[in-house]
Amino acid sequence: MKLSVNGSQVDVAAAPDETLLWVLREKLKLTGTKFGCGMAQCGACTVHIDGKAARACQVRMAAVEGKKVTTIEGLLPDGNHPLQRAWIEEQVLQCGYCQSGQIMQAAALLRETPRPTKAQIVQHMNGNLCRCGTHGRIVRAIQRAAGGLGSSGCVAPCSKAVSPWPRNSRAATSSPARPA
Amino acid sequence: MATKLSRRHFLAGTAGLTLGFTVDLRLPRSARAQGGPLKANVWVTIAPDGTVTIVAPSVEMGQGSMTGMPVIVAEELDADWAKVKVVPAPMNRAYGNPGFGGLQVTGASRSTPGFWMPLRLAGAQARRVLLDAVAAEWKVPVAELTTEPHVVVHAPSARRIGYGDVTKFAKVPAQLPNVTAADLKKSDQFRLIGKSLPRVELPDKVMGRAKFGIDAEVPDMVIATVLRGPSQGDAPDRVDDGAAKQVPGVGAVVPLPWGVGVVGSGYEAVQKGKAALKVTWKKGKAAGYDSERVRGDYAGVAASLSKKGVVAHEQGNAPRALGTAARTFEAAYVSDHVYHATMEPMNAVARVTADTAEVWVPTQAPSINQLAVAGALKIPPEKVTIHPQLIGGGFGRRLENDFVLDAVMLSKAVGKPVKVIWAREEDVKHTKYRPLVAQYLRAGLDENGNLSAWHHRIVGASIYARFNPRLFEALKGADTPVIEGYELSYAVGNQLQEYLREERGLDVGLWRSVGPGYTKFAIESFVDEIARGQRIDPLQFRLRLLAHNPRAGAVIRRVADWAEWDRKRPAGRALGIAFSDTWRSYIASIAEVSLDKKTGVIRVHEVWSVVDPGVAIQPDNIVAQIEGATTFGVSAALRERVVIEDGVVKNSDFHDYPLLRMSEAPEINVRVVSTNNAPGGIGEVGLPPVAPAIGNAIFVLTGKRLRSLPMSPDRVMAALRT
Ligand code: FES
Ligand code: FES
Repeated sequence: MKLSVNGSQVDVAAAPDETLLWVLREKLKLTGTKFGCGMAQCGACTVHIDGKAARACQVRMAAVEGKKVTTIEGLLPDGNHPLQRAWIEEQVLQCGYCQSGQIMQAAALLRETPRPTKAQIVQHMNGNLCRCGTHGRIVRAIQRAAGGLGSSGCVAPCSKAVSPWPRNSRAATSSPARPA
Repeated sequence: MATKLSRRHFLAGTAGLTLGFTVDLRLPRSARAQGGPLKANVWVTIAPDGTVTIVAPSVEMGQGSMTGMPVIVAEELDADWAKVKVVPAPMNRAYGNPGFGGLQVTGASRSTPGFWMPLRLAGAQARRVLLDAVAAEWKVPVAELTTEPHVVVHAPSARRIGYGDVTKFAKVPAQLPNVTAADLKKSDQFRLIGKSLPRVELPDKVMGRAKFGIDAEVPDMVIATVLRGPSQGDAPDRVDDGAAKQVPGVGAVVPLPWGVGVVGSGYEAVQKGKAALKVTWKKGKAAGYDSERVRGDYAGVAASLSKKGVVAHEQGNAPRALGTAARTFEAAYVSDHVYHATMEPMNAVARVTADTAEVWVPTQAPSINQLAVAGALKIPPEKVTIHPQLIGGGFGRRLENDFVLDAVMLSKAVGKPVKVIWAREEDVKHTKYRPLVAQYLRAGLDENGNLSAWHHRIVGASIYARFNPRLFEALKGADTPVIEGYELSYAVGNQLQEYLREERGLDVGLWRSVGPGYTKFAIESFVDEIARGQRIDPLQFRLRLLAHNPRAGAVIRRVADWAEWDRKRPAGRALGIAFSDTWRSYIASIAEVSLDKKTGVIRVHEVWSVVDPGVAIQPDNIVAQIEGATTFGVSAALRERVVIEDGVVKNSDFHDYPLLRMSEAPEINVRVVSTNNAPGGIGEVGLPPVAPAIGNAIFVLTGKRLRSLPMSPDRVMAALRT
């Protein structure tokens, strides 16, 4: 079955009724996309299909034949998306397990709505669960990536006692893994 | 709890294991090839290029300890953090947590308190190795040497040498230098501690490159899942696997004592195979368990004062003081079972051979897993290697062995490495929930309005009796995780706290802030009720009861200022306050809350917390932990509830065990007050004050006390009707 994954054409031996999530994880070894519920309840498996956010656990391979699939590993060719940088700058992640899905969901929002309001962010992100409770920082990171933050690093009212992160924190920049 | 815990206490059911243990900074090392990296001790290795590798002893599950622990070492080593590389601890008793008797276990907010001194000493010792080497090389007294970040300095001769260069001539002495608390920095000399360094593993996580347990892979691995029975503890009786074996990709069906394993080529194949199994079950001891009925039973036991429990704490004579009190109060509280809901489902990879086992697993408890695997395979523990992996959420769930034993027994059966992945539903239905607990509180005021008597009864099933029988015995039945949080910082002369163990067949387990999640709910709701009953501001009442404890008073005063406790809120909104003192950290939280009186839905708009964790090692990480635990706490307080009928768990996934979502999450404001006290725990600290702060605000709005967790709309409506 032929499709494009992270910019490369792949031909993967998969049945039409197999699920994209498990083909990505088990056959293409792209484990950045996570399994959380398998029931469209959590968003951990979020990828882009032709640029739109989709729950990979709900997508059959038949539906992505010939389409463009993007996973967290291929979000930007150099892996240095403004959201990924903002996620580090705001130190959003705790366990991090939900965060590939959060970032992919947020990236789809910014593509359509480059300067979202807080209400738009919340509405768009509401389907992505985070048990570690990073919601507030996710909102801030999206605002930061969208250029909506003032020089204080906070969106008013800013009550946090802690100063923002230096822009040059240790963001990794090597290329993401690609399927062969 | 004063009982001293030794390692032996944690080795439940593992006769024959005789490792004595302390954090030993002088373990023997292998000799080093000249010019190679210098292994200053088991924690610190310095390469000739100056890279310092530090071992992080606690597993990383989002709490930030992969950064926070090495920072402590780097501080005393006087290392340049930019040159530090962190590696997770392998399985090795040298990295055990003294707070768990030397076991490699991460949980119960014990990493920072347990490792604080050992890691400081380790860093100071490594620094001393460098200083001694330079003193010998330069033939100067060691007392004339000092350090700046990553550099040894000899001021009298104005010479300087980088740590990397020291390794070119340094030898590690046969006997490592002895360091004591006197060799450590004073807190005003800290350069890294208190500075909020970015977490080391986050870049890999945002790139999708970090490997969690569920991503682990070993050659020739097959995938598996396990079907468990309708009720906890059911065992397979008859297994018809005809249809399951026809499913493409299914290789083997393996009956286990606790379920039926399906092994195959991929997750989807084995799930399909599992669905095609036909199994009849022998009923286990949880058959018939009914959570509603147990609520009623336990509440009855809690209020039956003639029934005595294990005394957890006693001072003065509370019953007598109650008899002579000018005024008394009483109240009963009940809290339901709740589920961990780690975002990463349970999983493990095992490779079992004739006499060894290796397991790659996201686990909080490598040491416990090692013993359990050894026991199950009947091989010595030294033959079992656990490779702890990054964890996608722990919350106590990953202190259990069930998913590890699934993988191990299936690997043994099929003779190949096996990765077990639990479906979400399997975890919702088959985890060990937080115990369902009923509490009864009564208190007395003397004629001056002072709190003179306090009697707290806690009723629920035991965790340790199953999880750690030896420790349970050592504690004489006072089950720490179940009753934790009962200790009072408040000044009350006569106190009696009792634990009444009641079992109804369901095994229960650990959770984020297990006991304090409900004991503080009861205590802080009750204190509020006593204050309001006397028409005293509950905040002032708490300050009065904490006059002897400046740290506690300070967090309350600060949070009151910050949240503007005295400012009137818009119509329909109110504030509630609560205080907590568990894990040697002090926190006070205020919640601003509203209620839809037609539906009973509570909304938490904003929460302010001020926390004094002692020395704040990574302040922003502490903020993050309090934010996370607050959200976790709001979710639990308002809606989380596992319902069990006739032994069968009714919940199955996030649609019927809904977690708080972004649109419902409050604004959270956290301030960290770093004080010069030994650091307390932090991962769980934010949770206990949340539920009582919400309940106390609801009282202001409605005049009704909510005494059940969760404060779900049906219960709120019932309270409004009373
Ligand atoms: S795994 Fe797809 S939404 Fe949860
Ligand atoms: S960071 Fe752990 S679930 Fe979101």
